[in-house]
Amino acid sequence: MDSTILLILLQDGAVNGAIYALLALSLVLVFAVTRVIYVAQGEFVAYGALTYAALDGGQLPGSVWLLCGLGVAAFIAGLWQGRGQTDAGLLLRLGLETVLLPGAVALLAIWLAPLKPGMLVEVALTLAIVTPMSPLLYRIAFQPLADAPVLVLLIAAVALHLALTGLGLVFFGPEGFRAPAFSEAILTVGPLTIPGQALWIGGLTLALMVALFGFFGRTLTGKALRATAVNRLGARLVGIPTERAGLIAFALAGFIGALSGVLIVPLTTVYYDSGFMIGLRGFTAAIIGGLGSYPGAVLAAVLVGVAESFSSFWASAFKEVIVFTAIIPVLLWRSLRHGSTEEEE
Amino acid sequence: MLRIRAAAAAIALGLVGPALADTIHVGITISTTGPAASLGVPQRNTIALLPKEIAGQAVEYTVLDDGADSTRAVANMRKLLEEGKADIILGTSTTPASLAMINVAAEAKVAMVSMSASASIIAPMDAAKRWVFKVPQNDSLMADAIAAHMAAAGVKSVGFIGFNDAYGDGWWKEFSRAAGEKNIAIVANERFARPDTSVTGQVLKLVAAKPDAVLIAGSGTPAALPQKTLHERGYAGKYYQTHGVANNDFLRVGGKDVEGTILPAGPILVAAQLPDSNPIKAKALEYVALYDAANGAGSVSTFGGHAYDAATLFAAAVPAALKQGKPGSAEFRAGLRDGMEAQKNLVMTHGIATMSAEDHNGFDTRARVMVTIQNGAWKLLP
Repeated sequence: MDSTILLILLQDGAVNGAIYALLALSLVLVFAVTRVIYVAQGEFVAYGALTYAALDGGQLPGSVWLLCGLGVAAFIAGLWQGRGQTDAGLLLRLGLETVLLPGAVALLAIWLAPLKPGMLVEVALTLAIVTPMSPLLYRIAFQPLADAPVLVLLIAAVALHLALTGLGLVFFGPEGFRAPAFSEAILTVGPLTIPGQALWIGGLTLALMVALFGFFGRTLTGKALRATAVNRLGARLVGIPTERAGLIAFALAGFIGALSGVLIVPLTTVYYDSGFMIGLRGFTAAIIGGLGSYPGAVLAAVLVGVAESFSSFWASAFKEVIVFTAIIPVLLWRSLRHGSTEEEE
Repeated sequence: MLRIRAAAAAIALGLVGPALADTIHVGITISTTGPAASLGVPQRNTIALLPKEIAGQAVEYTVLDDGADSTRAVANMRKLLEEGKADIILGTSTTPASLAMINVAAEAKVAMVSMSASASIIAPMDAAKRWVFKVPQNDSLMADAIAAHMAAAGVKSVGFIGFNDAYGDGWWKEFSRAAGEKNIAIVANERFARPDTSVTGQVLKLVAAKPDAVLIAGSGTPAALPQKTLHERGYAGKYYQTHGVANNDFLRVGGKDVEGTILPAGPILVAAQLPDSNPIKAKALEYVALYDAANGAGSVSTFGGHAYDAATLFAAAVPAALKQGKPGSAEFRAGLRDGMEAQKNLVMTHGIATMSAEDHNGFDTRARVMVTIQNGAWKLLP
């Protein structure tokens, strides 16, 4: 191994690590606010990637219909949960968020998809189609369980993951897709050739982190989310609508997942079931980072990415084993340091 | 609710409808979901095109999905046998699940025709595998073809990169044997996983070993990733792929990076380019026309061809089996098995099969052609 190979592996690991970092961030966020371990996060990567690839090919992505279906389901679920409730304002809001918004996005997609409106519009449209699915799923699957133990929420999340994978097969088919890179430019630094897409990934990841930092530090909504994460009951006592906080956390997770998908689909072929493994690596990073610390998760994600690229060089047959085994010593170390704590119920 | 479910199950099992006494029941388990869905979906579409009557007997097809899961494949098979009264089982799409089904076939004394590749499904022949047939070509046939092409093209050293599953390992075993016979050195042996987003590490190692050619042993579109990465890293040698990539989605995903790739494939892939004297041409074109008419032009894949071949093999055995007994009887089922084993020079879309008590695949070198990719299309190599 010479220094060139070392640098290329580091670069490859960092690019993959950036994607894992985005996913780890949203996992930590969702867990902190709603105590849901969002196993289905990876599906949004696949949905984002496949939706973007379909739009790029001038086709109407199947996810549009999924969005409409989820909207209607969430509307019915909302009516059911709010039965006896006669507040017209709340009903209007429910209808607006679950039926009108997805419907409008669907109409926009039906109008724009055959026109091939160019990369920027396609990316925006992809995000508009995939992001709302996540809060809709929160309404359907998690809101009725908001006070359930973590284990029940985890089981619901696993069920959601399985359902979404199956729906992915129905709406996108079994074959994988790729999309063209955001930029074909190649930057040469010494022995390294850095493709434009890698720069996009790194840049957007950093930008998103800064934006999240600002969001949590500066805005009222962000602070309300943090308050919910610290103490759910206390937040409710001071008048923060914690269900709203859950919706926002899920929307952010959906947005980050869809964006990650759009970012990786030019680099690799994405399948309806690709998301899980990518999400699992993000999850590994979030665990190594302690499932509570944003900088810890980001750092761990880059480490996971680099570990992955080096193990694929040295022992490609054992790559998965090496990456996922890394979680065991970390867990051991954490449990030895902190001792066992009973989960609060 | 329960009644609705019972009715749905009955429909799924083909129990509803005119229950003719002499209907031949064909049970099919394939992987229309899960990791092998790109094999199973065209196979399911093919089943819909099969004749509803063979030798004057009504034929009823019941398709179940096993998601490439061995346990589900076996459960499906038992369901098809016990509730669906299947006279023959076609399936399944993947090797591990097919292997799990063998003992059930032998136990029920019902023949099964597998649509998965590995030779281990039918060899070495024993009392259980007597009941098992397999329509796709053996990997060894394809590996020999690649090694022979490499030797003829002056390739002295090869880098190997394959799936880290049964497919990649099976190919590694077959190809290292075939390469050894032709005195081709294998200078690198790497693995990658189907959902991998990057194979940079493996590719750097391949490039560093400086082989004359690289063989990528993956199936479907994931096999395009190593080739794209090799291109990015400036690898200029020859690229070989396996017949696992022989569908049009591979061309779509691979784009210009897979130009010039050489691979062995079933003749159906380039059916229109075969000489008219080749009997496979007519059979393969018949299937392609049938499939494209039902599913859109250009949608055919070689994997669906395996399902068509399995049905061809079964249909060829029906007349002889009817002489043994009525559909549904043990004699008829044994007759189907014997009838399939007795086939000589049976033309299928993937080759010409001559079965024997020892060989339940029956293909020879006519079952493979070497093709390359030229201007985004498959081209038959002489």
